[in-house]
Formats: sequence, C-alpha cells, structure tokens
Amino acid sequence: MRLSMDLELQDIPGQLMQSLEPFKEYKGNIISVVHHRDRKTPRGTVPVQIVFEIDPSNIDNVKKHLEKNGIVVVRAGEDRFIEEVSVLLIGHVVHTDLGDTINRIDSTGFAEVEDLSLRMPGIDEPSSAYMRIRATGKEEIGTSLSILRKVGAEKDLLVIEPIEAEKI
Amino acid sequence: MREVRISLVGFGIVGHGVLEVVRRKRELLKKTGLDLKVVSVTDINGTLYDQNGIDPQMLHGARTLEGIANMDIIGKEAIQEVDSDLVVEVTPTNIVHGQPGLGHIEEALSQGKHVVTSNKGPLVVAFNHLKELAQENGVMLKYEATVGGTMPLISLIEKNLVGNDIRSIRGIFNGTCNYILTRMMEEKYTYSYALTEAQELGIAEADPTYDVDGIDTAGKVVILANSIFGMDAKYDDVQVTGIKDVTSEALNLAWERGYLIKLIGDVPALKVKPMLVPRRSPLAVGGTLNVASIETDLSGTITVTGLGAGSIETASAIVSDIVSIYTSRQIDA
Ligand SMILES: NC(=O)c1ccc[n+]([C@@H]2O[C@H](COP(=O)([O-])OP(=O)(O)OC[C@H]3O[C@@H](n4cnc5c(N)ncnc54)[C@H](OP(=O)(O)O)[C@@H]3O)[C@@H](O)[C@H]2O)c1
Repeated sequence: MRLSMDLELQDIPGQLMQSLEPFKEYKGNIISVVHHRDRKTPRGTVPVQIVFEIDPSNIDNVKKHLEKNGIVVVRAGEDRFIEEVSVLLIGHVVHTDLGDTINRIDSTGFAEVEDLSLRMPGIDEPSSAYMRIRATGKEEIGTSLSILRKVGAEKDLLVIEPIEAEKI
Repeated sequence: MREVRISLVGFGIVGHGVLEVVRRKRELLKKTGLDLKVVSVTDINGTLYDQNGIDPQMLHGARTLEGIANMDIIGKEAIQEVDSDLVVEVTPTNIVHGQPGLGHIEEALSQGKHVVTSNKGPLVVAFNHLKELAQENGVMLKYEATVGGTMPLISLIEKNLVGNDIRSIRGIFNGTCNYILTRMMEEKYTYSYALTEAQELGIAEADPTYDVDGIDTAGKVVILANSIFGMDAKYDDVQVTGIKDVTSEALNLAWERGYLIKLIGDVPALKVKPMLVPRRSPLAVGGTLNVASIETDLSGTITVTGLGAGSIETASAIVSDIVSIYTSRQIDA
C-alpha cells in the first residue's frame, strides 16, 4: 500500500538519515523524500514529506520508532493522490450545475477536485472557476482532463488547461 | 559583388518596410557580397520599374503607386515581364484560396525566380505544391516572416538545430491576442475595451476576427506542421478556439494561482486554444511579443521571443531570407 508521511526534523546533521531508518527496518519501500529546508517551521524544524510503500500492519511500528528518535510525525496516511493539475473554467459555471461538474471528477474514484475558487461578476455574465484536480497518477490526470473537456463541450464552458499538463 | 534584382509585389505596410530596410542596409549588406536592388514595385495600380534600383526617397512618402507607376502591368504579368532574380511577395493573406499571392508565387517559381514571402495564405493552402515547384525549377522559397514575424524560428530550426529531432513547437504566434490578454490582465479591462484600445493603437484591425478567433495562429501552425514536421496539414485539420470568451476575472483568478492565460499554438498537435501558462515560464511574455518553445531531442527546449509584426521588423526577416538564399548557395558550390 502506498502511504505518505509528513515529518518535522531538527535542523541538525544526521536527522534525515535517522528518519529513514525505521522505514528500512519495517521493509518499507521509499518512493520519494521531499526535504523543505526553505520552509522551516516557527519551531525551527524542517518539514519533510516521505512517500513510501509498506505493509499497513507495520505503519504504527514505523511511527513509534520515529517518535522514539525524537522526530515529529505530523501526519501519516494513505496517499492516493500524487499528481495534480490546475484548470480554469469560463462560462455559466454555476448555472450549469457546478456540483455535477465536480462530481463527474470525484465519482471516478481516482481523482478529486481539491481546491475551488469562483469569480462571479454578475448575473448573466460568464463566471470563472479555478480548480485543482488531484489524481492517483499521470494517466488519471489525463483522463480527468478529458472528462472536463467533455463536460465543457456539453455545458458550453471554455476549459483552459495548463500548458505543462501534457508533460505531467 | 553579386547583384540581386528584386521585384516587390505588394506595397502595403510590409512592402514599404522592405524598400526602407534595403535602402538602409544596402551598403552594409555588400559585405556579404550581395548588392540588393529593388528593380520593381507592384501594387494594384500598376508597376514602378527602374533597372538601377528604386530609392524610396523618390516616392516622396506616397502610400500607393497611384500616379507613380510607370508600367501598366500588375500581378503575374508584372512578375513575368520584369527581369529579376527574386520576388518578394507581400500581398494580403487569404487563408481559404491563397490568392492573389498563390498565383504570384507559382508564376515566380515557374519563371525560375526565388521567392521570399510574409504572406501566409499561399503556404497554408499549398505548401507542399509550392515547395515541389521551387525544387523543380531549381530555386528557393523562403517564408520566415509568415510565422512569428522577426522572431527567427524556421531558420533557427533548419540551420542551428539541424540534426535534432523536433518534438514539438508551442508558442504565442499572434501579437494582437497577446496584447489584448496582457491588457485585460494588467488593467482589468474587459475584452471589448482592450480590443478597442488595440484597434486605436493600430495593433488590431478594424475587423479583428482573423486574429482573435485564432485563424492567424492556426495558419502559422499549418505552416510549421508542413515545413518543420513534413506533414500535409490543411487549415481544417487544426482545432481552433480563440480568445473572445476569456474574461478579465478569469485572467486574474489564474494570476492569483500563478498562471497567465495565453493563446497557444501547438505543433504537431495542430491545436490553437487559450491555455494556462505558469507565470515563470519562458512562454510568459506580454504585450505584442511572440514566443516559441522548440522541444528537441538533443538540445532540450529552446525558447525564442521577438516582435511578431511591424513594418520594419517583418521586412528584416524578409531581408534575412534573401541573404540566406545567396549565402547558403555559396556553401553548396
Ligand atoms: N503587417 C505586418 O506586420 C505583417 C507581419 C507578418 C506578415 N504579414 C503579412 O504580409 C503580407 C503583407 O502585409 P501588409 O501588412 O503589408 O498588408 P497591406 O498593408 O494590406 O498591403 C498589401 C499590399 O498588397 C497590395 N495588393 C493587393 N492585391 C494585389 C495584387 N493583386 N497585386 C499586387 N499587389 C496587391 C495592396 O494594394 P492596395 O493597398 O492598393 O490594395 C497593398 O499594397 C500579408 O499577407 C500579411 O498577412 C504582415
């Protein structure tokens, strides 16, 4: 099972290696480690996000072991949505059932609309919606974009995709 | 010194620019071993011919040849009659039938004259036919100015990136759309207000359809598809969405999330549509600038930017094409 954990490390040498050790011990397979040295917390700790695969029965052991080493586990859980994409919709976004538009993505099970902002300049004027879609992988991002394109054609919405989407 | 006798067909914004650039740079260009001489200018009123070369100052600022032409011939007939080595074709673009430029270019190539053009129409309608015609007659057809104006794109790929596989070219190929979107974003103007401003500044035409509906960009996408990717694309093969439905609220919403909205042409995907471009992307250029990112297998992604239109700017691309015809021939020999 693929999981992710947000940790906070002391800004001292050796901490990162120490934080990876329990994963090794419980046969976890590390997929990625992102070390946010530039985003120190007010406590002076450094946030680190680790994505890994592990037998779920071992997750509690990993957590305990980390805490024993003095590492703060901020969050641990399933990380299904590892890719994301931004999209903008222009048109009668609300009056064409925004709930349904979102649901078409959410109901796939492999993607969901995570962040939504709306601008509604006035009745009868086109509004715009920004949304961020998260999905389980690159292919699923592609599928979500084609769903949105289809919805856009049905509801007469202009769907504006990011130029880097093809490279995700 | 090699003399290059040029017939200029079309005497509008670009035609005037060509005459002016040749005048300004004639001495400098002699260093390349070429003496560029515009021996005739043709518009719908007739042809002005001077075998010693036409100096634009002799025209006293005339905008057309009305009352100045000294020969009563236009179009193909003028191309046939005037003794020249090269035709610069700068008549208005028509993307549906390509005329009158298509006939002019066919005539010139059949007569064994090189052609340099900024006119997209003939190339969108009949690119492969014209390329073959040039080859059969042992002459060259150059068209850098049809895509991206003064921004070197085709020559960059053909010369400097030779040996690379070109995977894609994506960019902003229409300065009018870029200007309108930039103003809507920066000044929070509505689309129609930004369009009016662009028209007042001479950036947009009285009938802006050609630009804002993405037709112009699609034409450029067809030219790139055929010339760089060896395709046989037609205008109707391109999926086109213009910028009319983009609102300033959407532009500002995008900005807050780190994006700009730009009209992007995509080759070989053959798509033209507004897209989100990260604010820090090299494609995020404003105003009337054009930009293109060329994705290659060996050189990574290379981005060029420059002015896509303008009298002198477009003429500069035309003059570069003229010089390259003769300088690359010297290497061949
Ligand atoms: N302007 C730019 O910045 C720019 C940039 C890149 C490419 N281009 C392309 O370059 C071409 C020229 O643009 P432009 O802005 O110079 O256009 P323009 O100002 O409209 O000039 C076109 C010229 O062609 C003449 N003409 C029309 N039909 C003709 C015919 N059958 N025979 C001979 N001459 C004829 C026109 O004469 P009348 O005016 O008397 O009708 C005019 O002198 C167009 O294809 C355009 O798309 C322009």
